[in-house]
Amino acid sequence: MSDQFQGIEPMVYQSQINVPYSWWAGDTATRFFVTLRDEKKITATKCGDCGKVLLPPRKICPRCFTENMEWVKVSDEGTLLTFAVAGRPFAAIPADKKVPVIWGLIQLDGADTALLHYLDGVRPEEVSIGMRVRAVYSEVRKGTIRDISHFKPVK
Amino acid sequence: MDRAAIIGVGMTKIEKRKISQTFADMAWEAVNKALTDAGMTLDDIDNVVTTSSDFWDGRTISCMAVGDASGAAHKNISCVEGDGTYGAFYGMTRALSGSYRTTLVTGHTKGSESVSSLITNAAFDPIYERSLGMDMITACAMQARSYMHRTKTTAEQLALVSVKNHGNALKNPLAQLPMKITVEDVLKSEMVADPLHKLDCSPVSDGCAAVIIAHESVAEKFRQKPVWVRGVSFCADSFFFGDRDLSRARSLAQAARKAYAMAGVHDPKKEIDVAEVSDAFTYQELLWLEEMGLADDAAAGKRLERGEFNLDGPLPVNASGGLLSGHPVIAAGLYSMAAVVRQIRGDAGGFQVQKAKTGLVQGVNGLGGQSHCVWILDKDK
Repeated sequence: MSDQFQGIEPMVYQSQINVPYSWWAGDTATRFFVTLRDEKKITATKCGDCGKVLLPPRKICPRCFTENMEWVKVSDEGTLLTFAVAGRPFAAIPADKKVPVIWGLIQLDGADTALLHYLDGVRPEEVSIGMRVRAVYSEVRKGTIRDISHFKPVK
Repeated sequence: MDRAAIIGVGMTKIEKRKISQTFADMAWEAVNKALTDAGMTLDDIDNVVTTSSDFWDGRTISCMAVGDASGAAHKNISCVEGDGTYGAFYGMTRALSGSYRTTLVTGHTKGSESVSSLITNAAFDPIYERSLGMDMITACAMQARSYMHRTKTTAEQLALVSVKNHGNALKNPLAQLPMKITVEDVLKSEMVADPLHKLDCSPVSDGCAAVIIAHESVAEKFRQKPVWVRGVSFCADSFFFGDRDLSRARSLAQAARKAYAMAGVHDPKKEIDVAEVSDAFTYQELLWLEEMGLADDAAAGKRLERGEFNLDGPLPVNASGGLLSGHPVIAAGLYSMAAVVRQIRGDAGGFQVQKAKTGLVQGVNGLGGQSHCVWILDKDK
């Protein structure tokens, strides 16, 4: 079997699955993104049972499994819990981001869970766990998570 | 409670690119090897569980396409999406259900045919996270840093996992990347996603594995001495990264506790002889071992440095070379399971460890180890 390709070229078929999706954001994410877009404010939901403030906001508390939630505003400043730096231009990285791309897990003041987002305006070697960072909003906001452009260190 | 045993295993060689085999050809090879290993024919198989992922296969309803190659014609066939250990769990419950006595479980992946960064990016929440462009490697880099920060585990200790496992693979003819390397080689390899170097990461791989699980009433009817399932459990943590303590794996600690309780294991450090754990990235081997109580908190790196996880150490970990030496994503856990089964049977060849009465297998599903499946296998019922 090992010489079955002798003298012939193995055949390869190029293909892709390309299916458009329309994600309905639902009332919770819609409200979060409208507030972010129009007021440049980051909001979260607080569980009336356990008191946890969840960001990204959820309609249902995943611990308590109840929908006893109220909206609260959280700070746009917080603490960096951990981060990663892409050294390679991985296929998933958006075209407008150039390596090194830094992502952080940021716990904003007033929230009990952390948000994934970019860190920018800082060199990778200057980033450290525990550093204080603040949200920088995008000039043009379209109601997406990228209405926050990135987080930058608080000087 | 009724008992189940693993009575046959079959694996293809793990390779970077299996250009001479389609995914179905790989499944056919693995299934036939498992049947031969068990001394069974297809007629002895009551039902089939395949493990596959539509994205890795590049087709929808992918389980239906692999049925023929898994010998499922005219049999009840079902499918699990995720790691092979979860397929095996479902397969075991079917063998214990009373409706079936024997289950053939397969898992396959041809990583060489697609783009893992895009596939794993699609595991992120489409509304809040996906457009940021993270994938499995960058997600795990984040977890690696969090673990290293909390435990003071060093880059050198991570590198030593790679050195050990690639070295072990030299003794496993099925492994894709047998290599004699040094800590320095790992640290000098490309920093693909800081703090993970290229040699901290498992490769892109093609491979298929099959295991046969039997109810106790028929487990001793065939060729192999059964390897008994003494305990098994799986648990999942929160989906969102920011809801978890990434430096830990709470769901793994929970799954291990339950599996130990079921197996009657009181002191895992003493009672587990051999372990195959999910080392898709070097830090994971250390983090998972700590969470399963096979090393003290923040001390796995030190146990590793003392050679305690080596092939000739008191607790050989990934003696087969692990996933760092070949990582067909969906099949991964079945390869780990097959490696432990062979250890317990004394059939592991070059990577056979000295004492292998009780073995542990761990499989992972989800970004940064959201969910874990832990098995305790044993020579004795």
